[in-house]
Amino acid sequence: MTETAIETNGLVKVFGDNRAVDGLDLTVPAGAVFGVLGPNGAGKTTAVRMLATLLRPDGGAARVFGHDVVAEADAVRSLVGLTGQYASLDEDMTGRENLILIGRLLGFRTPAARVRADELLEAFGLTAAAERQVKNYSGGMRRRLDISATLLNTPRLLFLDEPTTGLDPRSRNQVWDIVRAVVSYGTTVLLTTQYLDEADQLAARIGVIDHGKLIAEGTPGELKSSVGAGTVHVRLRDPAQRADAEKLLSAALGATATPDPDPRRVVIRVPGHGTEHGAAEDAARALSELAVAGIVVDDFSLGQPSLDEVFLALTDHPATQPATEKEAAA
Amino acid sequence: MTATTTETAEQVYVPAAETIGAVLDPRERPARPSALSASLTFGWRAVLKIKHVPEQLFDVTAFPIMMTLMFTYLFGGALAGSTGEYLQFLLPGIMVQSVVMTTMYSGLAVNIDIAKGVFDRFKSLPIWRPAALVGNLLGDVLRYVLASLVITVVGLILGFRPAGGVAGVAAGIGLLVVFSFAFSWIWTMCGLYLRSEKSVMGVSMLVLFPLTFLSNIFVDPSTMPGWLQAFVEVNPITRLVAAVRSLMNGTPDMGELTWVFVATAALLAVFGPLTMRAYNRK
Ligand SMILES: Nc1ncnc2c1ncn2[C@@H]1O[C@H](COP(=O)(O)OP(=O)(O)OP(=O)(O)O)[C@@H](O)[C@H]1O
Ligand SMILES: [Mg+2]
Repeated sequence: MTETAIETNGLVKVFGDNRAVDGLDLTVPAGAVFGVLGPNGAGKTTAVRMLATLLRPDGGAARVFGHDVVAEADAVRSLVGLTGQYASLDEDMTGRENLILIGRLLGFRTPAARVRADELLEAFGLTAAAERQVKNYSGGMRRRLDISATLLNTPRLLFLDEPTTGLDPRSRNQVWDIVRAVVSYGTTVLLTTQYLDEADQLAARIGVIDHGKLIAEGTPGELKSSVGAGTVHVRLRDPAQRADAEKLLSAALGATATPDPDPRRVVIRVPGHGTEHGAAEDAARALSELAVAGIVVDDFSLGQPSLDEVFLALTDHPATQPATEKEAAA
Repeated sequence: MTATTTETAEQVYVPAAETIGAVLDPRERPARPSALSASLTFGWRAVLKIKHVPEQLFDVTAFPIMMTLMFTYLFGGALAGSTGEYLQFLLPGIMVQSVVMTTMYSGLAVNIDIAKGVFDRFKSLPIWRPAALVGNLLGDVLRYVLASLVITVVGLILGFRPAGGVAGVAAGIGLLVVFSFAFSWIWTMCGLYLRSEKSVMGVSMLVLFPLTFLSNIFVDPSTMPGWLQAFVEVNPITRLVAAVRSLMNGTPDMGELTWVFVATAALLAVFGPLTMRAYNRK
């Protein structure tokens, strides 16, 4: 049996009459990435802030490596590190100074804090930018510095709140590689995200939250098979062949086509197989059958199920966006 | 230029699992820093920020110089017959006004830090909780000292000749700085409670203007109408100015000094805990 990193029981946080986190029951095993998936306003940040002792829960309990987040807040603080959704760096200071500051606050003497800062800057590819003020950093560099500051204390549990939102694909891949490296050396990671794709890439288990509640939990494979393996989009050269193409594809993929306004396009949601590769193999077979039948395909794609599709499957409603409320309140 | 360096740095970086693993290698964790050491570290941050954004010293240099010049020449002739004579009376007061006005920046700085999310990291560290706030205030103390010294120098150039000598002036500045440190907690608390930088500014102006102008800084209260005299007498700034003046004149007034020390202790005892409560709640 693996150790439990996080355990919450009926965790609640209320802002006014908004139940941001509403009875969250979550168990996160140690030693792996746990993905918390949810749309804007689902309560991801609020939940993470309570677990990192930055917010006091209004109800329920949460334990991190067995320590209560309220009663033993200091013990929890020495075991966890949080990289928030918005960078918590001092923009006016240089990257190096930011790390030295945190190092000293963790109790390193100044020379040791300097050594530690330089090691981290090196490991995160920031040595060249070390003496530059953080306000001149790119989004990707900022994110990396933020993560490295969190790792200064070698936390046993790392919270990453939407670490790739707003990053370009290259920076996103760098963050993903960093997460994989961190986990492979034994740190537990709790990562929140709005992208199923990201959770799928990184997480061993995924919890889906909506309106502050856990609505599904499992491995990415389990989750996807409950949702469907993805959606096949085929664009035909000749719209007259659409009916034939639909018939062929439905038979090959074992699903009926979704009606689409574009006369040249066929869209089919592929049901889950419980395996990772089923859909791609079926799609490849379907394509070759189209070719044999003399149907010319201009464009083809097999898309991962989107967060919306996950929500549709799990809750019968699409991912709602109370984010507009939040913006209005701000 | 900056953009190109950024680009190349980004392109070059490929996270290597082994290097990241090496920095993650659990080594002995240092002991938790003492309250003093954590506060001093935050003080170091405040000093670094002054180094990176020296413009922020404008408030503690240009503003006091302007105030001293303006009021010496504006009121000097009319109120005391000569600017030289008036300066002996005005300088300790204008110093108190400038420094006390500067205290509001403590609230602004905290508010900005919170808005930018820097405090989130500090709050998730296992350190003495008030350290971040105390450290900020230590940085502010440096600014108060600087402002006081600037005014002293301007005063000396204009002809300020304090009877208390170097020791008297130093004692006066010391008293002012200690009081201002305690007074700053009020604005730190406002900085935590109020939503925006602008509202912190608004509230502190609303308090600081009447407090500093309706005092004994510019004129002797005996020339004022009775109702105003009553206010001026209970105004803590009046007591502080009287105490600082007495020290700089070389005739320490024990009554006024005691009053200032009691007020300082009371401010700390009341606003310290209130501020910490606001901070922990955020
Ligand atoms: N400090 C606050 N005061 C009032 N309401 C808040 C506060 N923080 C969050 N909320 C509300 O709580 C709800 C959950 O917000 P939270 O930030 O936890 O969501 P999230 O899942 O992190 O969303 P996002 O993907 O946009 O980051 C939202 O409706 C939000 O408006
Ligand atoms: Mg969030």
